[in-house]
Amino acid sequence: MELYQLTAHQLNEKIDKGEATPESIIASLDKRIQEVDHKVGAYVRHSEFRVQSSEFRVKGIPISIKDNICTAGYPTECCSKILEGFKPPYDATVIRKLKEAGLDIMPLKTNMDEFAFGSSTENSCFGPTHNPWDLERVPGGSSGGSAAAVAADEAVWALGTDTGGSIRQPAAFCGVVGMKPTYGRVSRYGLIAFASSLDQIGPLTKDTRDAALLMNIISGYEPRDSTSVDTAVPDYTKALVNDIGGIRIGIPKEYFIAGINPEVKKAIEEAIDKLKILGAVCKEVSLPHTEYAVPVYYIIATAEASSNLARFDGVQYGFRKSDQDMIEMYKKTRGEAFGEEAKRRVILGTFVLSHGYYDAYYLKALKVRTLIKQDFDRVFKDCDCILTPTTPTPAFKIGEKTDDPLKMYLSDIYTISANLAGIPGISVPCGFTKEGLPVGLQLLARHFAEETLFKVAYSYEQSTPWHSMKPKI
Amino acid sequence: MAIEKKTIEDVAYLARIELKEAQLDKLSAELKDILDFIDKLNKLDVKGVLPTSHILPLENVLRSDHPVESLSLEQTLENAPQKEKSFFVVPKVIE
Amino acid sequence: MEYEAVIGLEVHLHLKTRTKAFCGCSTEFGNTPNTQACPVCLGFPGSLPVLNRTALEYALKVALAFNCQIQEFTKFDRKHYYYPDLPKNYQISQYDLPLSRNGFLDIKLDGKIKRIGITRAHLEEDAGKLIHAENFTLVDFNRAGIPLLEIVSDPDINSPQEAYEYLTALKSTIEYLDVSDCDMEKGSLRCDANISIRPKGAKELGTKTELKNMNSFKAVRDALVFEIKRQTGLQDLGQAIVQETRLWDEKSQQTLAMRSKEEAKDYRYFPDPDLPQFIISKEKIAEIQNTIGELPQEKMQRFIKDYGLSQYHAKILVDNKEDAAYAEICLRGYPQKDKKVVTNWLVGPIAAIASDNAVSISGLGIEPKDTIELIGFVENGKISNLVGKSVLAQMAKTHKSPALIISEQNLVQISDEASLERDVNLVIQENPKVVQDYKTGKESSIMFLVGQVMKKTGGKANPKVVQEILKRRL
Repeated sequence: MELYQLTAHQLNEKIDKGEATPESIIASLDKRIQEVDHKVGAYVRHSEFRVQSSEFRVKGIPISIKDNICTAGYPTECCSKILEGFKPPYDATVIRKLKEAGLDIMPLKTNMDEFAFGSSTENSCFGPTHNPWDLERVPGGSSGGSAAAVAADEAVWALGTDTGGSIRQPAAFCGVVGMKPTYGRVSRYGLIAFASSLDQIGPLTKDTRDAALLMNIISGYEPRDSTSVDTAVPDYTKALVNDIGGIRIGIPKEYFIAGINPEVKKAIEEAIDKLKILGAVCKEVSLPHTEYAVPVYYIIATAEASSNLARFDGVQYGFRKSDQDMIEMYKKTRGEAFGEEAKRRVILGTFVLSHGYYDAYYLKALKVRTLIKQDFDRVFKDCDCILTPTTPTPAFKIGEKTDDPLKMYLSDIYTISANLAGIPGISVPCGFTKEGLPVGLQLLARHFAEETLFKVAYSYEQSTPWHSMKPKI
Repeated sequence: MAIEKKTIEDVAYLARIELKEAQLDKLSAELKDILDFIDKLNKLDVKGVLPTSHILPLENVLRSDHPVESLSLEQTLENAPQKEKSFFVVPKVIE
Repeated sequence: MEYEAVIGLEVHLHLKTRTKAFCGCSTEFGNTPNTQACPVCLGFPGSLPVLNRTALEYALKVALAFNCQIQEFTKFDRKHYYYPDLPKNYQISQYDLPLSRNGFLDIKLDGKIKRIGITRAHLEEDAGKLIHAENFTLVDFNRAGIPLLEIVSDPDINSPQEAYEYLTALKSTIEYLDVSDCDMEKGSLRCDANISIRPKGAKELGTKTELKNMNSFKAVRDALVFEIKRQTGLQDLGQAIVQETRLWDEKSQQTLAMRSKEEAKDYRYFPDPDLPQFIISKEKIAEIQNTIGELPQEKMQRFIKDYGLSQYHAKILVDNKEDAAYAEICLRGYPQKDKKVVTNWLVGPIAAIASDNAVSISGLGIEPKDTIELIGFVENGKISNLVGKSVLAQMAKTHKSPALIISEQNLVQISDEASLERDVNLVIQENPKVVQDYKTGKESSIMFLVGQVMKKTGGKANPKVVQEILKRRL
């Protein structure tokens, strides 16, 4: 058993027993990265950096960070040419919390879709990441690098970000655990914003215990973040109990209509049976506005993104295309250094906010968002959590959807609503297709009920073998 | 909904993104598909529904007026593509 | 054709909080460029805004002082445009739910009161500063993020002089509230004007132009004067007024069209998702209202009523808050009912000495009780008016009481006839021709003789008494 194969809590035990040191853990990871990352491509700039213990102060267990979370003095580029070489002068709140908890930050950032725009990690300026379970397939996105690194044992655990499913969907495609916390639970200070009212940072881990440990560390109030909530952080590990007798699980009928892959459907149905055996009470519920979630999301998220990305102009940092004229400099810099998907979203977002279209698109989308949230409020009146497939299909092939942006957007259909409603969600592995591709099970709960999610996910996880299966790379 | 090329040009200017002719054509087609899809929202009656700008019931988040250390000059200018003494440098702006 | 001008003024006011609107950087003026900046006010990726409580309170204070209705539920919106002094390429401002609306400010013109409506006052953040060099432009972000209150007047102003009065009244009130330095030279108060003309009596508005780049209240007035002339000239020739922004050029004393072609502005306002809503309760409004105190207009009326001051003098005395307080102590403390003499001293010799020392009258360091004492000494003849002025100068320098100065220097006016006899006799003897002139009917010659006695007594003789003695003798 190699150290790199273990979870963080297992490594903690080993350190306590004297059977491992932070240095030996780093060395093991380095070995693994050298072994497989040229195939997987989970990390960016990995040819420039070696993970050597001499390169940074080794205190504890290293954690890998997605390239849109600010790490002081170290490149944070959102995998975009326009942020080329940008070194933030400050740490994101989550980074500060991780350091305070004794963790080391891996000097390699994980790959992502540029500015988190994507569901496949094919939109990175560094090239795509490959799914460790099938290198010809995508790992999902936009936190594909983090998910793949954890699945391939190139990372002990990782942080990703989720705006429309970007943690949960890659977790499902890569067979790992991924959680999107309640909006406001984890501070966004230092997260390079995509959609301010939807973004959240969350864990990608090998099992639910590691996810709970990470949530304990990264959650909490940040006075520099006006959207951060000042409520106490419980000890999420206390929710890791095998006791879901009587828990009420709602299965929304709108998530099981045409378009869902039959093998995914089968895996989910078997998971539901398993949960019933464990004592859960499952019933059909309805979230009638589900079909409007994707259009609402693409209006709100692109509008906010177009605004958040206005600052990337070559004036203070990043890439600049020099010119004698100020306006030309703006246009050429952004024209050259934004990728295709980034340009597409910024233009769409600018359009929906522009004069004459605001009411019909943006304002309308905000109202439909209210209806989507109300759907969940109604269901949570007599359900403790909701269960759905995380994705309608398993991982698709690299290049399969890149010509059709709309097709790509529709793969987010099951995860998007949770961001619109601000509720927490978790994806856990629940089986494999005949081709050996992972399938993910999603659980959703009401605001600040992450403990419910952990309880159900843990109970399910502990009575299934999925979390201990590894890809052969 | 069809979106005129001129409209995309105008929007691209608002967003300060230079698009070549071929990119304009491609974007025009892609955005048409996306907007057609988004137009399904027109089916919904939202009379009397309040918009949700913020999903959490937070209000009056305020900060006290006590100075906090700023970045040093070096930190502020570290990433500057062009700088001169203690300033950022940009192309001449004519008013 | 007779035209009337329709003018609206937009004032941007720096609120003098210690820190910026959305971050903890200092707002101090005049430091090395780019040393008062942080990820938030620089708009670095990943940064987030948090509103400064004091900025909100100062804004509410101003809004209430101008009788505005406070919006119970207010929010911030993003205003998008690209400019190198705007770090995020959007400004955090307020669009459709500004924190206050529908206020007013009264100005006095030709003895009459005119009410100028205030459409709205809202909070926003300032941009950085650009310095233009030969071939490039330099950017300093120290100012970026400083809280601004934008105060927009209704188009109720009808002349350049009214605009000037509006601005001075605005500044006077805001200085009383102590929330801004209101200094156009330093940039803590900026003013843009919108102006159109129309035939007198017409209801419809003409095409308006926006005037910018005025650096003083006088410049605002001059720019409006010029623009009225320009627009009138065009209208008289039958030419249309172009809706545009024009810059005031101080050197050539004219408004000039901007060089770059203006495009229709689409700011793409939408509610800032990084800032939740603000609820302003009735309790909060009452709390702020209680901190306002008496405003200059009220104080002026009260000085006129309670102390019998003229409007002219009252206006001068209330202009500065501390000076007004000082003046009031003097007026109250002076034992006689007729306060005119106190006013005369305050706006006359005391104001002059203060000006010489480049301070306000309350900044001279003279205790009100000493001022009252000095005025009393002059009024009851203990010292002459002339000596009184010199004592005042010494009080300003040494901060000693008038009684002490007078006794130390033996300045008491000589009013006792017996003491003056000798000097009067000497002067009569020494000036026979002048005496003769007086005796033959030249009344004014006696003043020369009085003057001579003053000289002999080192200015201490009581000139009235001297004059009487001389009159009796001659």
